[in-house]
Formats: sequence, structure tokens, C-alpha cells
Amino acid sequence: MPDRSSVPLVTARDVTLKYGTFCAVDRASFTVHRGEKFVIIGPSGCGKTTLLKAIAGFIRPADGSILVNGVPIAAPGPDRAVVFQDFEQLFAWHTVLGNVTYALAAAKGVRGAEGRERTRQMLELVGIAHAADRYPHQLSGGMKQRAAIARALALEPQILLMDEPFGALDEITRSHLQVELNEIWRRTGVTIILVTHSISEAVFLGHRVLVMSEHSGRVREIVDTGAAEEWGSEAFREISDHLRTLLIAPEGAAPRVSARVGRETP
Amino acid sequence: MRAQSEWAGARGAFEWRRAPALVRYAVIIGLLLVGWQLYVWGAHVSPLLVSSPVDVGRALLADVLNRKIPDATAATLGNLIVGIAIGGLAGFGLASVAVFSAVGYDVLSVLIAVMNPLPSIAILPLAMIWFGITPKSIVLVVALATVWPVAINTDAGFRSISPTTQMVARNLGLSHLRMVVGVLLPAALPFILAGLKAAWAFGWRTVVAAELVFGVAGSTGGLGWYINNARYYLLVPDIFAGLIVISILGIAVDLVFGVIEQRTVVRWGMKTAK
Repeated sequence: MPDRSSVPLVTARDVTLKYGTFCAVDRASFTVHRGEKFVIIGPSGCGKTTLLKAIAGFIRPADGSILVNGVPIAAPGPDRAVVFQDFEQLFAWHTVLGNVTYALAAAKGVRGAEGRERTRQMLELVGIAHAADRYPHQLSGGMKQRAAIARALALEPQILLMDEPFGALDEITRSHLQVELNEIWRRTGVTIILVTHSISEAVFLGHRVLVMSEHSGRVREIVDTGAAEEWGSEAFREISDHLRTLLIAPEGAAPRVSARVGRETP
Repeated sequence: MRAQSEWAGARGAFEWRRAPALVRYAVIIGLLLVGWQLYVWGAHVSPLLVSSPVDVGRALLADVLNRKIPDATAATLGNLIVGIAIGGLAGFGLASVAVFSAVGYDVLSVLIAVMNPLPSIAILPLAMIWFGITPKSIVLVVALATVWPVAINTDAGFRSISPTTQMVARNLGLSHLRMVVGVLLPAALPFILAGLKAAWAFGWRTVVAAELVFGVAGSTGGLGWYINNARYYLLVPDIFAGLIVISILGIAVDLVFGVIEQRTVVRWGMKTAK
């Protein structure tokens, strides 16, 4: 279980994110702990990806602050490795192996035997070692996402940021990768912040789920899932129902709250 | 090589499509040469106007053996390659600055607007005043002919790179130089190769035209000079021989580009094989 006693890894205080005058995220506050799997859920266009991009450093907050280890984010960096939904995130001109070794050499200065060894470990961890010499266009969608996860993990990031990483996959492949992501987390202990619009994915993967409301760009609630990851279990269903209510019920309407669902106010 | 349409040979073209490409093209070239020879024989045309393929072949063989054509080819290609290298690097450099800097982009836009419409051969008189009748003048006009197609295509290529690819590069924390060499260059390679192809085409026309202008005054003449020299001495078969060499070199360069594409953008799935 994540270590919650220490100082939070990520602290967002009243973060407001804007595209021009359009306010995508409105005064969001939350913390993410070391080793936690933190999920951001919301309907399309609610600002969840924008929030992730701000943590990655691609967007600067118009107001408020995001601290990582107590330091404001200045720029993108490999300590916050991002896995995107878009299959084009792999460099088409490198093989799977080359994508990982290039990232290691360019971002971390790790080359030669050490680079190859770490690359091999990562490819095995995500189950794509057999396709190491293939170019991205020769891979299926699921394999591309595995390769992207291997590349991100090879950087040994403090946080693995995932923007709907399985959103473009078929349901079967998605289920496989969800199970494997939990396994990867168990073996590496890496902090994961994952954006999704799938309720079951949020409950299955997340320790806590930040629910964004549809139009206002505000944080609706942060739900503790109690690590309910057994499909079809009572707890899984209850938390799923709770999230569904939060996502569908109009703002202001009191969502039905189950006594067994742990809640935190943001 | 151009792709054949699905309509070609749809109806009984006696297995034409199944023959190897080399054989198909050789047959067409052979027929053209036979037609040419028959025309010269049949029309009683003056050999001072049109040479027969046989005479041209003889002239070609003689001047290859006496090293006139190999030397002229080497001179032309030397100027061409140096000019394209300078123009290509400058064009790539300008586009690389423009991708990171708004001022750089505006400078590039203005330069392209002002300079690109100028046929670079029009600069030759000025180049001759600056550098005299030397290879430097030719290299300058070739570089000017190639810098803009390369800059325009490279810039378009950089701007076509997906936002995701850009974010991945930034996520890795790459410096601008590393981003250019490690990400922008390969990601925009299909565009850059198209720019280089256009640069070759412009460069070819320019270098031959410049050598023609130099005429017999040149000391180390290239193919343009060779042709002009042949005109001066009324060696019509030699003129044709020079033209044929230029055409063959153009085909060879096309093949080289084909191989480069095959080993890069086609292999990477950025461009489908022809």
C-alpha cells in the first residue's frame, strides 16, 4: 500500500488552467502520495487531460500551483514520464528497442551495456521483448502501448503519467493491459497518475479517484476505492455505482453515498 | 519508377505487366532509338541538325574513352554536390531556427517570399562579377537554387509533426539541437527528401545552364561547357551525347533517392512502398 505518512509527492493547490480565456480546470486541489495509483476521471472535455499536461509541465497554471516534492513544476522532464493515448508516441524511425535505448541515452545519459541491460529488463517487464527489433508500424495497438510504457518506465520516473493509455485499444487487449499495469505497479512501486473516462478502469486501477465535473472544470470529489480491484465484488460494484452517480448526476444534486465508500473532500 | 494504374493491361496486353521492369523499359527505349534511327535514314535530314543514334553512340563512346565526358561529368557533379550541400544545410538550418523562434520564422517567410521567385541562374552575372568565371560562381547559383526548396519542405515537414511526438521529445527534456537531430529530422524526413529531390532538379538545371553561359571561356568545363563546346565546333553528335549523359545521370540520382527512401521512410512505415 502507498505510504501516506510522508510528505505528498504531488501537491496541487487551487490550480486554474486556461486555454486563452477558456477555463479548462478551475481551482483544483489534491495531493498524490508516493507509490499511489491516482486516477482522474471525467467525461470528454472536462479538463482531465489538461490537468495531466500541467503535471507533466506542458502547460503552466494560470493561477495556483502544482508542487512535486515541494518544488513548483518548471518544465517537462523525464522524472514525470508520460504515456499518451496516441499510438504515434513511439518514434517511427526507431525499433521498439531503439525507442527505449534512445530515450535512456537522450534523457538519462545511460548508454552502452547498461542501457541495453535496462532496456531488456523493461521490455521483459511489459512483455514485449519478443518484438524488440520491430518498427512501431509493425506492432498492434496493444504492443505499441506496451512499448510506450517500457520507454516511460526505463526513465525511472518519480511519477508515471498516463493519459487514457488504453483508450484506443479493443476491450480484450485493454483488460489484459489493466491487469498487467497493476502487476507492473506491484513490481516497481512507481507512482501512477492515470486519466481515464472508464469507470471500471478507474475502480480497478486506482487507489483514489478524482472525479471532475462535466462543464465547470472543477473537482467534484476524490473517492477512495479501498483498492477494490476484484471484478464483480460487492465493493467494486458499490464504488462503481458511486462514481457513476457522481459523473451523471447534475452538479448540486446530492449523490447517493454508500456508507462503505470512503470519501475525502478535495 | 511510376506505379501502373489498375487499368493498364486489364485487357490482353500479352503478359506485358508480368515482364520485369528492366525488360519493359529497355524495350521502350529500344523502340525509341529504332524510331529515331529510321527517321534520320528515311527523312534525309541534314546530319548538321540531327545526328543518328549510331553516330551519337560513336561520339559517346569515343569521348568516354578519351575521358572528355568523364572529366566533364566529374566537374559538373562536383559543383552540383558542393552547391547542394551548402544550400541544403543552409535551408535545413533556417527551418530549424524557424521552428523554435517566431522571429526566425518571420525571417524565413520573408526570405522565401523575396528570394524563391528569383530563378537562381539570374544571379549568375552578379556571381561572375564577384567570383569571376570560376567554380565558385557556379556553386553559389546552385546553392541559391537549392536552399529555398529545402527550407520550404523542411519547414512544412517540421510543422506536420504530430503534437504527441513534440510532447514526447519535450518530455525527454531534449535540448533544441538534440530535438532537431534526434526527432525533427527523422520525423520530417519524407518532406526533407522531397525537398532534396526538388533541390536536385533545380540544381541540375542551374548547373548546366551556368556552364552553358560560361561557354568556351571556362577552363575546367562541365557537361554544359562540353555541350557548348561541341556547338562551337559544330560537333552535333557530341551535343546529343552530352544530353544523353545528363539524362542518364538524372535517372541515376532518382534511383539513389529510391534506395534512400526504401531504407528510411518506407522501412519506418512513414511512406508506402511504390
